[in-house]
Amino acid sequence: MAIYINENTPILIQGFTGRIGTFHAQEMIDYGTNVVGGITPGKGGTTHLGRPVFNTVKGAVDETGAEASIVFVPPPFAADAIMEAADAGIKYCVCITDGIPAQDMIRVKRYMRRYKKATRMRLTGPNCAGTISPGKAMLGIMPGHIYKPGRIGIIGRSGTLGYEAASQMKALDIGISTSVGIGGDPINGSSFRDILEDFENDPETDAVLMIGEIGGPQEAEAAQYAREHMKKPVMAYIAGLSAPKGRRMGHAGAIVSAFGESAAEKVEILTAAGVTICPSPAEMGATVAKVVATMKKVA
Amino acid sequence: MDIHEYQAKELLSKFGVPIPRGGLAYSPEQATYRANEIGGGKWAVKAQIHSGARGKAGGIKLCRTDHELWEAADTLLGKRLVTVQTGAQGKIVSRLYIEEATDIDREFYLSFVMDRAAERIVVVASAAGGMDIEEISHNEPDSILRVAVDPAVGMQAFQAREIAFGLGMEPDLVQRLERIILGAYRAFRDLDATLVEINPLVITKDRNIIALDAKMSFDENALFRRPQISELRDKSQEDPRETYASDRGLSYVGLEGDIGCVVNGAGLAMATLDMIKISGGEPANFLDIGGGASPERVQKAFRAVLKDKNVKALLVNVFAGINRCDWVAKGVVEAIKDLDIKLPVVVRLAGTNVEEGRKILEQSNLPIITAETLGDAAIKAVNAAKDGSKAAA
Repeated sequence: MAIYINENTPILIQGFTGRIGTFHAQEMIDYGTNVVGGITPGKGGTTHLGRPVFNTVKGAVDETGAEASIVFVPPPFAADAIMEAADAGIKYCVCITDGIPAQDMIRVKRYMRRYKKATRMRLTGPNCAGTISPGKAMLGIMPGHIYKPGRIGIIGRSGTLGYEAASQMKALDIGISTSVGIGGDPINGSSFRDILEDFENDPETDAVLMIGEIGGPQEAEAAQYAREHMKKPVMAYIAGLSAPKGRRMGHAGAIVSAFGESAAEKVEILTAAGVTICPSPAEMGATVAKVVATMKKVA
Repeated sequence: MDIHEYQAKELLSKFGVPIPRGGLAYSPEQATYRANEIGGGKWAVKAQIHSGARGKAGGIKLCRTDHELWEAADTLLGKRLVTVQTGAQGKIVSRLYIEEATDIDREFYLSFVMDRAAERIVVVASAAGGMDIEEISHNEPDSILRVAVDPAVGMQAFQAREIAFGLGMEPDLVQRLERIILGAYRAFRDLDATLVEINPLVITKDRNIIALDAKMSFDENALFRRPQISELRDKSQEDPRETYASDRGLSYVGLEGDIGCVVNGAGLAMATLDMIKISGGEPANFLDIGGGASPERVQKAFRAVLKDKNVKALLVNVFAGINRCDWVAKGVVEAIKDLDIKLPVVVRLAGTNVEEGRKILEQSNLPIITAETLGDAAIKAVNAAKDGSKAAA
């Protein structure tokens, strides 16, 4: 059943009628995603791309029974849109927006803690390419055709590096259950560890590829989780071996500011936890292939 | 975004953090004038550059006479100051801050950081002041106090008091320190800072508490709502290559190598640099052209990369999702023609409209080196840069 989304998941687009929202909503619909409507405050009651437009997320959920949403709202208003989704009972939300102030994300995370963990909305992003369950549904801005359906899970901070991994895997005939972008911001909705846990519990995923980068504590936290709680094999590539300390490499969160945050240190921590490291970004697919081959032998 | 010490002090003092009397000077003459205006008999002349560890690098001079002030200012102004944080190229000193000297009784460390694990603002304090935080955590880790602030209600007075007592402050000073801590916290929160560091925070011989040095950094994603902070940007403190690129909406970091890189997406850009290194080369830069790579944007990226005269070969690596390979290819061809590029250019395209993109490169009749994969592209770029070096020699 993959994780978070499948061909039946009813999906809303927040920021539906804008240029970016319109373009990607159409791509998602073309991919076969079950888009049931969208939200643009003030345009409720109209129709866009053949789907109803609502003023509020709550109104849209009441009317359509939507379970997931994707946020294309500009940075100053994106945090508000995420909280609105959480309050309206959305179960899974992807935020694509790049450029949300870090303190807004701190507020979002604090706000979401008012819901019990079991009912709390799962948020991935912001500043990500979204999530895709190949062949089933796409909640994101990725080129869907490069993802082959299959049984490997992907978790990545970067959009295009995730595409790179997916296409290397496709070239080797390896498919993906779900690929989840957690985004390049310092404060994000879900961490590697959060998504690893959901992949570990997903009967349709056999192994997980993590694509991390410099900055922040989340890869180290994931290493500890993989060592202590995971039966499925985990593979990882960490980008930024050549990044100088204290410099921000594009992503707001890609900056080495503390011990354990450089690529070399993260690789060391992950290796110690039994994670298989991809020796180079050109060998992500080959590394997965090797691990898949050993799994088959064991079985 | 970083700002200067004097700017951080001005901002903090508006939030109730006491600072020594001081003033800005752009010339030796102004330096002596400012000192006389401040009064007293001892002053610190402090080079204003975006770096810590200025004292050890000779960027702070204590003076007692007009002559000494003049000499200190004359030496520092226009100088490239190299600290352990600036890198070998250093940073240019174009402003001095003249400050009354302080008789220090005790020094403390106080900072506010965005803690990524806690996802909160965290206050870090230590009674072992006068060292940087790395030294404190190495030498006296037990002296470090950490308090996380609940974003729902903000920092509370008792939390500030706990820090003050934890630092061993005498009762008559606790209330004043409490106000300083709460003020600095409000500055962090209200101005969308990512760092407020007061090191040292000192108790003077006459029992005042003042911020002797201050550093603030800001969240660039929040500058849209902090125009007064955006105005404090000092481009003279940035790498000119980076300023040129960031003014054109490109994310660029200058490095030391000779392979210029144009990539879409931060993660893929980092991975491309890694791949160049693994293949035996050295990247000249990190450059993310972003999602919507129009031909104009590609051309701007080429211009930015070519500002670096060390570049001997160019590597374009684009995995098109939102954007399209044919646009990128068009941009590459136009850039090579318009900018009359003689350096070898390696292009690797993948994703949306890749066939159309490759066709455009082929039909251009330009000596573009094409590559199918990331690994192939890196090797070709490394070889092209080596050939370029040989040809130059």
